[in-house]
Amino acid sequence: MLSRVANSIYWLSRYLERLDSIARFINVNYFLMLEKGEATDGKTQWDPLIYASGDHKDFFQRYKKADEKNVIKFLSFDKTNPNSILSCVEAARENARTVREIIPTEQWQTINDLYHFIKDESKKKKHSNLQDFYKKIKDYNNQTIGLTLNSQLRNQAWHFLRLAKLLERADKTARLLDVKYFSLLPNLSYVDSPYDAIEWGAVLKSVNAFQMYRQTYHRVSYENVSDFLINNQYFPRSICYCVSEASKSLAEIISIIGINVEASKYMDDLETMIKSKDTKSILREGLHEFVDAFQVKLNELDEAIYNSFFALKI
Amino acid sequence: MNFDEYLTEEFYDELFESDGKARNFVVPLVNKINSLSKRELNRKKFAAESALKQQGITFSVYGDKDGIEKIFPFDIIPRVIPGKEWYQIEKGLQQRIKALNCFIHDVYNDKQIFKDKIVPEELIYSSSCYLPQCEGLKPPKNIWIHITGTDLVRDKEGNFYVLEDNLRCPSGVSYVLENRSILKKTFPDLFQAMKVKRVSNYPDQLYETLRHLAPENNENPNIIVLSPGIYNSAYFEHAYLAQEMGVTLAQGSDLTVINDEVMLRTTKGFEKVDVIYRRIDDDFLDPSVFNPESLLGVRGLMQAYMKGNIALANAPGTGIADDKAIYAYVPQIIKYYLDEEAIIPNVPTYLCENKEDREYVLDNIKDLVVKAVDQSGGYGMLIGPKSKKKEREEFKEKIKADPRSYIAQPTLALSRSPTIVEDSIEGRHVDLRPYILYADDIFVSPGGLTRVALVKGSLVVNSSQGGGSKDTWILEEDYS
Repeated sequence: MLSRVANSIYWLSRYLERLDSIARFINVNYFLMLEKGEATDGKTQWDPLIYASGDHKDFFQRYKKADEKNVIKFLSFDKTNPNSILSCVEAARENARTVREIIPTEQWQTINDLYHFIKDESKKKKHSNLQDFYKKIKDYNNQTIGLTLNSQLRNQAWHFLRLAKLLERADKTARLLDVKYFSLLPNLSYVDSPYDAIEWGAVLKSVNAFQMYRQTYHRVSYENVSDFLINNQYFPRSICYCVSEASKSLAEIISIIGINVEASKYMDDLETMIKSKDTKSILREGLHEFVDAFQVKLNELDEAIYNSFFALKI
Repeated sequence: MNFDEYLTEEFYDELFESDGKARNFVVPLVNKINSLSKRELNRKKFAAESALKQQGITFSVYGDKDGIEKIFPFDIIPRVIPGKEWYQIEKGLQQRIKALNCFIHDVYNDKQIFKDKIVPEELIYSSSCYLPQCEGLKPPKNIWIHITGTDLVRDKEGNFYVLEDNLRCPSGVSYVLENRSILKKTFPDLFQAMKVKRVSNYPDQLYETLRHLAPENNENPNIIVLSPGIYNSAYFEHAYLAQEMGVTLAQGSDLTVINDEVMLRTTKGFEKVDVIYRRIDDDFLDPSVFNPESLLGVRGLMQAYMKGNIALANAPGTGIADDKAIYAYVPQIIKYYLDEEAIIPNVPTYLCENKEDREYVLDNIKDLVVKAVDQSGGYGMLIGPKSKKKEREEFKEKIKADPRSYIAQPTLALSRSPTIVEDSIEGRHVDLRPYILYADDIFVSPGGLTRVALVKGSLVVNSSQGGGSKDTWILEEDYS
């Protein structure tokens, strides 16, 4: 497989996952607004979404306040934000276009449809039904995943798609945990209150985890939610699951290529970091510190993947 | 919306006789369309356009910062050619391609045709399409023009003429295949009823043509398509053909030359390439030999090619036979190499370089089409009857300053074919570009791209100038 193509597939997959996460986060915040009414006088916090995206510096340089309108604009339709849904879908489509001969035709068409769908909404002066809009994005994304699942050869392309998606997902789950943890800290009195349960419930919903969580733990508490999202080895969005599956795909790529690469060392580091600690000790030592360290390692791995596969020098 | 009020006017019409009766071989098609309500026909048109948009068969409007994309206009009423007529076209194209290939080989090798004074030698060396780097080149099996797309037009009487040969990188074949897959959904029942020849095996034929170029002992040659990249207007086609053949689609930056072998940069390291179907022009192929500014090509490619380590389709240098001044000699070229009369005639051509011709052109420019010899795509031309006085004066000056660079032809009353235009069906001018593959045999894909000038009265069918396309149906036999 061409290095350039592998690179495009990797980023195609990351951008799709990224925009999917943003759509989920926003949609869940909407529901939260409807549910928690009394406890907060109907005011929903929108700033945690900005922190979860990691682009808060950029946001506050250009917007005065993190209210619903600004946050939605910044995260969904702001072309100057490289991580907005609109920017992500443009980048995903551009990458898909350069590899359209590799990915299943229907997958290209779905990504192309998704692009037009988002582009059309972004041009509207008034967004009348955004909840449907975000839901539709999730549907499209599930469709693209289904298409590759059912028709892509289990070759390098498949494993690069998978590797990228899982790493992006692990990153988003980590950020979400971090932000939620922080936004709850100032109100320690909330801990384990009904309001707390609603908030953590929203966290779970935003990663489509609530139902599966209930089957595992029944009661909502922040230790259990953290454990579920960090260390549950069966939940497909937990950090632990994403990392160990990403590691399998990397190993497959290496075995197809037949050459060992530096990326595998960084992957091992990441896996060791996750597997060597249980949730209790992570929480004791500080969730934020853990997430920080995790992201540093993730970035190192990302760079190593670039050097190992995409940057072939003569 | 139906054919009840359809007028052929003074033109040859592809589907209707001059008395307004449908040609007998298109009766099922005409009946079908007449049986549809306006709403149904519009729905079919809309469905076809949505399919094109979904597949991303679009082009960007340059200079539009919102990145507005448009689909290439497509008309759902096919153009139909009966089998008997097609047979003559097929024979004529095979003859022409064979002769042109002999000619190109001769130009860069023995130069017999100059010695026999059939084509003036100066015409070659004064052409911007002549490549001195190709002197003495003997491409595999002596085939130079593997993939071509000849432009044909009909005149008022319905006779076919060759307008341009397009021996370099003609595009459009992907639209032939896509248009067909769309029309199969639009009029599914007509294909069997009218016995339309299939076009879907083109990618297989193309693959075999490229494979034919690899050394015979190579069981599994590495074949690639080389594209300028996603910003090229034909990128969709490059990706489409690579996908259909299941071969790698590469850009210049994916390739490098090591020890005169062309290599792909892959995740596994470097991988040797055997055959390149290149969709970039000669001038950009190799910055060390041609245009030094080129970022699209591969440094060292030509040396690898001259050593026989890589095959290229088409060979470099074939543009020489595309020069419109050389075009004028093709009937003599056919006669010289094959000892046959041309089956499909040329459009009469005035070479401005010849004094007599030039004077005629300058005096009659208002009735003629003037073309720059080394351009295509509808660029660099003047259509006399549609031109303004100022434009004609400009062209006259250009001709006087550089007569070798211009030819002129009479303005043909191109044939028309019924086309949906807003709320009615009207005649619009069309041409035809069949695609020809040259391997052991010369294969002419049945049909080709029918381009249609959507602007009323316009004779320019190029997509860059407001043209659209139609599916082209070649019938197994005359339908009657």
